[in-house]
Parts: sequence; C-alpha cells; structure tokens
Amino acid sequence: MTIGLGHYLSVAAILFTLGIFGIFLNRKNVIIILMSIELILLAVNINLVAFSTHLGDIVGQIFALLVLTVAAAEAAIGLAILVVFFRNRGTIAVEDINLMKG
Amino acid sequence: MIAAAFFYLFAGILVASAFMVIASKNPVHSVLYLILAFVNAAGLFVMMGAEFLAMILVVVYVGAVAVLFLFVVMMLDVDFAELKKGVLQYLPVGLLLGGIFLAELLLVVGSWVIGPGVPKAITAPIPTGISNTEAIGLVLYTKYVYFFQISGMILLVAMIGAIVLTLRHKERVKRQNISAQNARTPEMSMQVVKVRQGQGLGSNSVDANSTGSAS
Repeated sequence: MTIGLGHYLSVAAILFTLGIFGIFLNRKNVIIILMSIELILLAVNINLVAFSTHLGDIVGQIFALLVLTVAAAEAAIGLAILVVFFRNRGTIAVEDINLMKG
Repeated sequence: MIAAAFFYLFAGILVASAFMVIASKNPVHSVLYLILAFVNAAGLFVMMGAEFLAMILVVVYVGAVAVLFLFVVMMLDVDFAELKKGVLQYLPVGLLLGGIFLAELLLVVGSWVIGPGVPKAITAPIPTGISNTEAIGLVLYTKYVYFFQISGMILLVAMIGAIVLTLRHKERVKRQNISAQNARTPEMSMQVVKVRQGQGLGSNSVDANSTGSAS
C-alpha cells in the first residue's frame, strides 16, 4: 500500500484536534495552552507541505516557512508576557488573569 | 512497503507524543514530548520530500522554541499540581468538541477531490534535478522576497518586544555611565590641598566618594 495525501491529512487532522483538546483540558495552565497552539500550527504546516508535494507546487513550503516564523515569534512574545506576568502577580493561573476586568 | 512502515512509525509516535503533551502531569515532561513530536514531524516532512523544512523544524523548534519553553517552565516557580486540579471538569466538553471537530475533519479528508482548475493554477512547480533547498531558495528570494523581508521584520519585532518586556532595571545596581565618565575634567576629579604641618586636613577634608560616583 502506498502512503498518499489522505494519510498525511489524517495525521494533521488528529494533531489539530489534539491541540484544541489540549486547550480545553488544560484551561488553567498557560504554558500548556501555548504548547497546544504550537501543535495546532504544526498540524497546519503538515497540511501545507502535504498539499505542496502532492500538487508539485513549491509555494506551499514557502508558506509553511512563513508559518514557522510567525510561530517562533508568537512563542517568544507569549513566553515573555508570561514571565512578566508571573513577576508581577506571582501566578500564571488563567482564572487569575483579570487585571483588565474583561 | 518500507515507506509505509516508516510513515506509521512517525505518525504513531507523533500522535502519541502530542497526546502526552496535553495529558502529562509535569510540564517539563510536556515540553520533552513536544520535542519528540517535532522530531517525528520532521521525519514526516522528510518522507514528503520537504527536507529543508524538516531541518528548519528541528533547528527552530527543537533548538529554540522548545528550549525556550523548557527555560520558562523551569524558571517559573509555579505549583503545577495546583494548576492541574479540576482538569476532569472540562473533560466531557473537550471530548465532545474535539470529537465533533475530528469527525468533521476526517469527513473532509475522506471525501476530497482536487478541482479541475488546480493543476493549471500552480505558480511555482517543483523543479526536478535540484535539491529541495535550492528550489525553495529560487522561489523565496525572487517571487516571495517581500514576504521573506516581512518575516524578518516580524522576528525583529518579536525579539525587541521580548527584550523590552522582560528587561528590568534593578535598583542599587551600579552601572557604567560613559558620557559622565568622558565629561570628567581634572578639576572635577581632583583637588590640591595644602596640608599644614601639625594640623592635618581639618575642615579641608575631601570626601573621596563625592566626585567618584557618576550618577
């Protein structure tokens, strides 16, 4: 049996769902939520690369590269905000993040 | 046959470690499973023929992002057991939404068909005979050079933002003030005092620190 596009899309779908499920499961822990977002972006990248190689178009891999850039920037900024918040409040529990009374 | 075996190996470990990322009790274990997931995703990328992205994935994620996560997890003194409390409270709704989402995605994956106009719309076909890295470079630095520049700007802004957010000037830390040092003149730094015999300095005594500290 050959491994086609559908296999890769299935893996990406499962990974995306695990990321969303992780956000629900760890609603109190911001670090795990950030990791779940990384998983979701990884699933998106797998989709982009799978379609890129299946259709023979290199542009999908370029987009995956850009998604990777944004994911790295997002992780750096998110963790910096987390560190500053922990320094000011002494906790990172999501339900305690209510400074702005939103 | 061997390709299928490797696909199932990579995909199985990828999904299992992704599950352990969200399910493990210790966040340090979560980060380590995240690294495992990224390495296996890089294996899948190699199998798809995107070698450059696979190596970038290992370098950027395993080398930078995951280490950043590990650093933050170990630096913050958080009671993670307390954060883990009440997890099962959200399990049913999470399972419900995740199940619905996965069913929808798998329905889409099971019944897709590539449109007739798609093969004509391909803008940059993958050239044969050159490596994947070269093919990406040929397109990235010509057609998508503005995107490349913008991604560089995004990384610059992220770097400056992270530094500005986490930098803190502690009080009582002596810092070098270069302009004040360069602006010093001999008159500011030293004073010639006539010492009379038998009387010492007396009221003419000079506080050694008064001119020394710049700020």
